[in-house]
Order: sequence, then structure tokens, then C-alpha cells
Amino acid sequence: MFDLTVIWAFIIAFAVFAYVVMDGFDLGIGILFPTFAVGQERDRAMNSIAPVWDGNETWLVLGGGGLFAAFPLAYAVVLPATYPLIIAMLLGLVFRGVAFEFRWRDPAHRAFWDAAFTGGSLVAAMAQGMTLGALLQGIEVVNRAYAGSWFDWLTPYTLLTGVGTVAGYALLGATWLVWKLDGPEQGHARRMAKRAAWATFALMGAVSLYNLALRPEYAERWLGTPELYYTWPVPIVTGALALMLLRALKAGEAAPFWLSLGLFLLGMAGLGATMWPNVVPPSLTIWDAAAPHKSQEFMLVGVAITLPLILAYTAWAYWVFRGKVGHEGYH
Amino acid sequence: MLENLDAVLLARIQFAFTVSFHFIFPAFSIGLASYLAVLEGLWLKTGRQVYLDLFKFWLKIFAIAFAMGVVSGIVMSYQFGTNWAVFSDKAGPVIGPLMAYEVLTAFFLEAGFLGVMLFGMNKVGKRLHFAATLMVAVGTFISAFWILSVNSWMQTPTGFVMGVNGQFLPGESWWDIVFNPSFPYRLVHTVIAAYLTTAFVVGAVGAWHLLKDKTNPHARTMFSMAMWMAAIVAPIQIFAGDMHGLNTLEHQPAKVMAMEGHYQSHPEGAPLILFGIPDSEAKTVRYAIEIPKASSLILKHDLDAPLAGLDTIPDDEEPPVGVVFWSFRVMVGIGFAMLGIGLWSLVARRRGTLYDWPLLHRAALVMGPSGFVAVIAGWITTEVGRQPWVVYGVLRTADAASPLDAPAVAASLLAFVVVYFAVFGVGTWYIVKLMSKTPEPGEKGVKRGDTGPIRTAGITPGPTQNPGDPDVLPTSTREAR
Repeated sequence: MFDLTVIWAFIIAFAVFAYVVMDGFDLGIGILFPTFAVGQERDRAMNSIAPVWDGNETWLVLGGGGLFAAFPLAYAVVLPATYPLIIAMLLGLVFRGVAFEFRWRDPAHRAFWDAAFTGGSLVAAMAQGMTLGALLQGIEVVNRAYAGSWFDWLTPYTLLTGVGTVAGYALLGATWLVWKLDGPEQGHARRMAKRAAWATFALMGAVSLYNLALRPEYAERWLGTPELYYTWPVPIVTGALALMLLRALKAGEAAPFWLSLGLFLLGMAGLGATMWPNVVPPSLTIWDAAAPHKSQEFMLVGVAITLPLILAYTAWAYWVFRGKVGHEGYH
Repeated sequence: MLENLDAVLLARIQFAFTVSFHFIFPAFSIGLASYLAVLEGLWLKTGRQVYLDLFKFWLKIFAIAFAMGVVSGIVMSYQFGTNWAVFSDKAGPVIGPLMAYEVLTAFFLEAGFLGVMLFGMNKVGKRLHFAATLMVAVGTFISAFWILSVNSWMQTPTGFVMGVNGQFLPGESWWDIVFNPSFPYRLVHTVIAAYLTTAFVVGAVGAWHLLKDKTNPHARTMFSMAMWMAAIVAPIQIFAGDMHGLNTLEHQPAKVMAMEGHYQSHPEGAPLILFGIPDSEAKTVRYAIEIPKASSLILKHDLDAPLAGLDTIPDDEEPPVGVVFWSFRVMVGIGFAMLGIGLWSLVARRRGTLYDWPLLHRAALVMGPSGFVAVIAGWITTEVGRQPWVVYGVLRTADAASPLDAPAVAASLLAFVVVYFAVFGVGTWYIVKLMSKTPEPGEKGVKRGDTGPIRTAGITPGPTQNPGDPDVLPTSTREAR
């Protein structure tokens, strides 16, 4: 008999991962936007994600909605605990989302909406990273409710995870543009990707080391015996991927993006392994927070039917807009 | 305790503010997505240019409205947790899955096909593009289905059992939860409201352009289509609203008492109070203009049927009467005004002056935003009428909020108010600007950049991302009548 709670933990993790990589490159492009030349370079960057950003953002709703449905207690604890971060993220996403339409509608104020695009993306990315950090460092829960104080979410550690997320998203955005652009604009994307890659390596390393000091059980999870027999390959594989990424950035087209995605997968798997089996460290396990069997079962039917369809038509939508984004001319 | 109460009130104001602002966009985009599907379908069937032009005219408006609906909607999906954590924890096992289904069956469908709908016509061909438009339209409807099921369950909760940890747990059958007693009525009433809202916006835009040039074929087509909707759907909506009211009387009598202003019971037939000023202190409606026994006739189909009043409800379970009483009258008043426009258009059609009756066009123009006012008034009626409960009869609103302090909620409320008015105000202005431009033959699609249309640079130069490139699409422009 499968444990539905474990299955749901993996479904939510998948939704969060899908969100992080897909909206990650959208937000990354927003973060890097000021470095692109006004005019064609910015227009092409924007157009490379205009048809897909909305679908990408929907994974955030699945992550949040899925958490609400499958782990209602976790949802009810984490959101009040990170209240200012969530509000900031939502408002950031408001500015980022409308900028896609508004910048074309109002050329006189395009500079403003471009700034809103960048500001919104930056705030959303930072808030997401800090929320992750706040979760990992632990949330105080008493009597099924958040019991910490106003600014528990603001620590050096959460600032580090926030900046790390910004760097990682910038890497995803830049490598996406390497794939979707050509000519001098692609060259610019490559240079940005290289910088973002180094920043990401450094911050990923820093967060990993900080994790070991953050809570004794985290250090035990990675360095204890017999855990060490299973965990030692993780940093080595990560390092290998990083080297491959640096090589691929020289001339690769799609490879840098996929390798960056691999880095994110490893990073997230590592964080998941650190927390497991807590959904809200240090005290709420996935079983403590889980919805009743009946709710999980009802939703699992829906996921089993719809998720393959969603993945199929999402892939089709990407396929329709495949290839390099065009530039001027042809009219 | 007072501090806590303030935080709850602020959280309620925040929810009311963000959900009201949000609902304006779906109220429009549910109807507009269907209208776009109809226009594209008519174009494919008849090949008439006017339909394609109108499709592209409204597609640009749809793109902006949809983006604003999406970003304001994400706020809603997180606000349950940020501001209503106790409610989320307790009701999550029952309504969480319904909302997950909304994401899985509606949001992904809309978002997945939206890109193709906006930019993909020349990439996927006409038929597949039409399929994408249909998927977006169907997605908006499925979304309404699930979220209205959730709201209806909060109004008329059924099919649950209470867990020992204080959670609502799913009972025997999900069917009882999804199809709770008020859901079918609320679904029909709300979806028709979205269609009517859109029809009156389209009608107003058509009227505006007819006032400038009564021969404009695009303006004629959209005005005529909108007026058919008004004439046919407004009476259906009044009927559906009446049925919904009867259902509310059965399941949430206190709400109907507040709507009617019935502070006292009427054992021998209750009057219909048309207007008056409810005074909850004195428990009476001052300056009431009323029709004797008409309320019993409407609600019970019997002049002398007894109707209970709020005197039968404990004071701490009564909804605020004033707000509910007034918002209900605003909604009903607009409904009848819509019916009036619909009937007027029938007269005009019969006289052959549908496109040549400036007074009608001015009236339709004035009525353009009326649907939005009506749907918000309707939601205020049903949501305030549910108070003091968040889950009717089971969980009080005051017991459902997050453990937040008032200043935190006040700060976020202020941020939402400032950002929403600024951002959505500007967006609405862009929409109005697009509406005021005269639709023309060869209307451009959704614009991407000043540097020319976007293409894919594959092996061969790809087609543009402007739907409806005049080189590719038929250009027969028979005049619309």
C-alpha cells in the first residue's frame, strides 16, 4: 500500500520545482532586464517569454493550492509566519505580470513599465528565496498555529537564500536567452550567464555550508554515519555539473539552460533531503500536516488524469513557439 | 481582545477589497472569452472579415484584462493562508481539493492555450487556433465552476463531518460537497451575470462608435450582437436570480430577511419594501415605501403566507442589514435597467432604427459599466449576508483569522489599496483607450514591439506573431448588417 502522504509530498515538490525552473527563467530575465539595451534587445527578451509566462506562473498556484489541499496545516502555518514576504512576492508578481502587456500599450511610459518588470521580478525572487530560507531555519508552531514573532523571517541566513535565489534565477534567465537569441544579443546573454553562474556556485556553496551549521539534525543528515555513504556523491555531481555548465557556456545553445536546470534539481533535492520528513521544520512532519486520506485520494484522481494532459499541452505550447525569437524586418 | 478584533476587521476589509477588485476581471473575461470564441467561429463559418476584425479588436482588450485577472487572482489563492490561517487549517481538507481541481482543470488550460490564442494564429493554423480559443473559453467556465462550488459550500455547507482536531473532514461523498444546495443556483446566476456584464461592455463600445459613425459596420455588428444578448439573457437572469433567492430563503433565511429589511415577522403576509432606510438600532425600516403582502407573494407565491423576520434570529447571528438591503437593491435595479435596454433594442429593431437611434445608443453607453456594479453589489449581498459566519452556521468569521497583529494587516491592506488603484487603474485606462479606437478592416492583432512583428528564425523565415496577417487571411469585407 502506497503512502498517499508521501506521494503528495512528491507532487507538491514537483510543482514547486516546475515553478522554480519555469517562472525562474521568466523572473531571471526580469532581473537582468536593465542590462539589455533599450529597443530590440529588450523586446526580443520579453517576446521570448510572452507566450509562456502565464502558464509558468500557474505552477505557483498549484504549489500553493496543492499545499492548501494536501497539507492544510503547513499552509496555515507558513503563510502567516512569512506574511510580509508573501505579500511582497504577490505585489512583485502584480507589477511583473502587467508589465508584459502594459509596456506595449504605452510607449511613452515604457521605461517605467520596464523598471516595474525588473523591480517586480527582483522582489518576487528575493521574497521566494527568503521564504525558503525561513522555512529551512525553522518555524515555531504551538497549538496548530504560528507562534513566532514578526521578524523571525529576517536573518542573515534568509538574506543569503534570497540572494542565492536571485542569482540562480538570473542564471536560468540568461541561459534561456542564450537558447532563444542569436547574434550580439546572444553574446550578451552568454556574458551575463557566466557571471550569474559564478554567483550561483558561490551562493549555493555558502547556503549548503550554512545549512550544516543551521540545525544539528541537518549536519547529522549529511555528515553522520551511515548517511555520509549516500550523501558524498551529491556535492561531487553538483561540481561536475557546474564544470560542464562553464564549458557549455562557451558555445552551447540549449545545453547551458538544461545544465542550469540540472543544478536546480540537485539543489532542490538536497534541500528536500535536508528537511525530510518535515514539511515545516523543526516540528511538523508531512504526516502531522497532511489532509485526511479521503481528500488526498480525491485529488490524486484529478492529478493522475490531468497532470499528463497539462504536461502534454504545455509542451505543445512551447513547441509552437520553438526556435530563436525573431528580430526586426520582415514586413 | 479589542486588538484582535481590529485585526479581523482589517483582514475582512482586505479580503473584500482584493476579491472585489479581482472579480471585476473574470466577470469580464469569462464573457469576453466566449464572445471571442463566437466571433472566431463565425469568421471561420462565414469568412466575413468583420468578424475577424472584431475578434482582433477585442483580443487586444482581452489580453490586458486577462493579465490583470491572473495577477490579482494569485493574490487570492495565497490570501486564504496569509490572513485566514485558522479557516485554511480547518476547511482545507474539504475546500482545498476543490481549489486544487480548479488549478488543474482550469488555470492550466487557460494559461496553456492563452499564448497560442494571443500570438499563435499563423503558427498553428486557423482550426487549431480556434481550438485554443475554445479551450481558453472553456477554462474560464471550469474555473467559475470550482470556485463557485467552494463559495457555495461556505454558504451552504454539506457533506462534511467534524474531526476531533477541529477540522472539517470530507464525509460520505464528494458529490454532496461539490454540489451543495446553493451551488447550482449560484453558478447559473454568476455565469449569466458575467455574460451580461460583457454584453453591456460590448454594447457600449458599439454604441460609442455608432454615435460617431452610424454606418460603421463593425460598430453595427457588435452593437446588434450585444443587444440580442441583453434582450434574451436579461430576462433569463432575472428569473435565475429569483430562483437563487428562493434557494437562499430555504437555506439562509437570515440573509433574505436582511435583503428584504424584515426586522419583524409577518404572520399574515409580508410587505415588499421597495425603498427605505434600515435602522438596526430601532429594528425598523424608516420612510419605507412598501407594497403590502408582495414579499410573501414573491418568496412564497402566496399573499398571506407568513414570513419570519430577524426577530426570530439571535442578535449575534444577524448579518448587517443596511449593507445587504442596499446592495441588493442596487443589483436588482440594474438588472431591470438591463432588461429595459434589451426591450428597447427590440422595439428599435422592429422599427428598423437599431443603428439610428442616438438616445438608445447614449443609454447603452451609460449602461456600459453597469454589469460590474451589479456583480459587485450581488457579491456584497451574498457575502455580507452570510455574516457573522465564514462557514455558514458552523464557523464564525471572527474565529477564522490568522494570528496576526493589526499593524501587519493594516500595512499590507494599505499596500494593496495603493498598488491596485495605481496598476489596475492604469490598465483600465489602457483598455478604455483601445475601446475608443475605431475598429477597422484589417485590424491588427496583439502588438509585440515597435520593431515589427515577431517571427521564428528557423530554417525558413517563420510567420509573424500577429494573428490575422492580411497576406494569409481572407479579406472579403462584405458589409455587416
